[in-house]
Amino acid sequence: MSQLTRSLAELLGRDPKKPTPDEISPEAKQLHTEARADKSRIEKIRIELAEQAVHKPPEKLRRKRWAVLILVNLLFVVSYLLDIQLLEGALTASRFVGFHMADLNSALQVMLAYKHVVINLLIGTVTVFIMWWLLGGRTFCSWVCPYHLLAEWAEMLHEYLAKKKIVKDHPFDRRARTWFWIIFAVLALVTGYTVYETISPTGIISRALIYGPGIAMIWVILLLLFEIFYSRRAWCRYACPIGLTYGLVGATSPFKVQYHLDSCFHEGECRKVCLVPHVLDTVIMGRARGIHVDIGADCTRCGRCVDTCPTSSLTFKFKGLGKLL
Amino acid sequence: MHKANKQSRPVAQRARRKFLRSVALGVGIIGASLLGFIPVLQQWVVRLRPPGALGEQKFLASCIKCGQCVQVCPVKAIKLAELDEGFGVGSPYIDARAQACDFSCDGLQCVLACPTGALTHEINYPHETDMGIAKVVRPESCLAVRGQGFKGQARGTAFRGKLRYEEVDRWKPILVRDHPYDLELCDLCVRQCPIEIRITQCEAGKPPSGDENQCPPQHAIRLETIEDASDTKRMRPVILDGCVGCGVCEMICPVEPTVIEMDSRSSRGIRV
Repeated sequence: MSQLTRSLAELLGRDPKKPTPDEISPEAKQLHTEARADKSRIEKIRIELAEQAVHKPPEKLRRKRWAVLILVNLLFVVSYLLDIQLLEGALTASRFVGFHMADLNSALQVMLAYKHVVINLLIGTVTVFIMWWLLGGRTFCSWVCPYHLLAEWAEMLHEYLAKKKIVKDHPFDRRARTWFWIIFAVLALVTGYTVYETISPTGIISRALIYGPGIAMIWVILLLLFEIFYSRRAWCRYACPIGLTYGLVGATSPFKVQYHLDSCFHEGECRKVCLVPHVLDTVIMGRARGIHVDIGADCTRCGRCVDTCPTSSLTFKFKGLGKLL
Repeated sequence: MHKANKQSRPVAQRARRKFLRSVALGVGIIGASLLGFIPVLQQWVVRLRPPGALGEQKFLASCIKCGQCVQVCPVKAIKLAELDEGFGVGSPYIDARAQACDFSCDGLQCVLACPTGALTHEINYPHETDMGIAKVVRPESCLAVRGQGFKGQARGTAFRGKLRYEEVDRWKPILVRDHPYDLELCDLCVRQCPIEIRITQCEAGKPPSGDENQCPPQHAIRLETIEDASDTKRMRPVILDGCVGCGVCEMICPVEPTVIEMDSRSSRGIRV
């Protein structure tokens, strides 16, 4: 099974599989053996984590990402407020200094429901497709989607309550998102209405910011409460078809997070902060198939693992441009 | 064997629970989204859509709910629908009584802004639009029918609606309350009709923007004299074939409740 097929299968909801011995490169095999034989490894991790507990590294990337996310959404708001026509419209479709942009999932819903594509929509869709292919696909989720930010705050609350044993996370089957994607596509095609747009928190929040909030925000609040009290990050993890659409776009993107086996201690800190921990299955001891492993398509390139890893074993990579950051 | 069974039972149970939970999530979310069907099928609210809007079903299918039409409208006539309109959430509409479309942009800016063609790109001029047809719903309260004039601000001092008065400012719409009237017999619906204004301009040899294509081929509204024995001159508004349903007559009508209303279900049959 190729790296890409594996990445796509996991994006669609398959659980990561342990590599068979012949899938692991000889160099990686040797490192796995050395790690297992290293009796002081656990001790090293303990020291490492104790160090981190005292000097908790700031989540620099997270702050930058939040700034970018807020800035993009503010640009819509300010552009309309001041009537400067810089970024007109909302996240579903917009014009950036006159150039058409269309959210890929919204455009898909419209195309399926209307069964007709006007040239402006086609231009907007192709532009955005190229943009997010270059930038990594689900990068949209963590760097632009306003629901993602609210959900991150809800997640902080969830984790705080979980620590106090007030709430418990109830995971769902990850294949649910694929089913949602298919069902909403079929619904648009069959009913002729963009059914998903009715409940899309991304569209609802984007419009609320720009044109003023309405009763649709109640739906968003219900989703957030569900995530705080019942299931951590449920919408982004198990439901949102937008995430899957962008995941598919970014599957072959040159922009990725890359894992480096040679410096990894297998502490597992990265998996604790990750929105989609299945993409980090490779960091578990004995699972890496090579020394440098590209993280799969479901990764939102949020960079929390990059920030969190005590040994810098996870880095951003832009193929053809050398290592970034 | 017995021992293995004991160990795997909680695991199997957890997996079954997770599966059932996931099915419930699916039913919940799909169900919630399909609730949006109810207001649409029941036609709880029938909206006046912006110029160039396709037929209601096609319009809702093609509208991407981005609000670019809202942003370009010079009189801010376009609003976005709420969640109580189901699948229509985020779709643009015009509340004509509060703020009608007076075509003061001349070039149908909302049509040009629409990225999906939900407002069809096939039309260029105000008279080519087909938003609905005005209906005289309360003729008995019409000032002209009663033979009365009108003096003052058409909709009172608190009204925030705007219109473009060419004689005041060719480019900038102003508040209706800043433009009081003094009329012997009320003819506001005819006087402010954007189609009638254009016809008058064209007849005077001055079509908007000097473009003869801007000239509407048909009249939209006129006042007809009511023949009776009394001395007072009385007239009634009559809607003609050129009406595009823009809603200005509904907005400007000084009577409460309005004498004229837009019927967006009616159409001249040129809607794409």
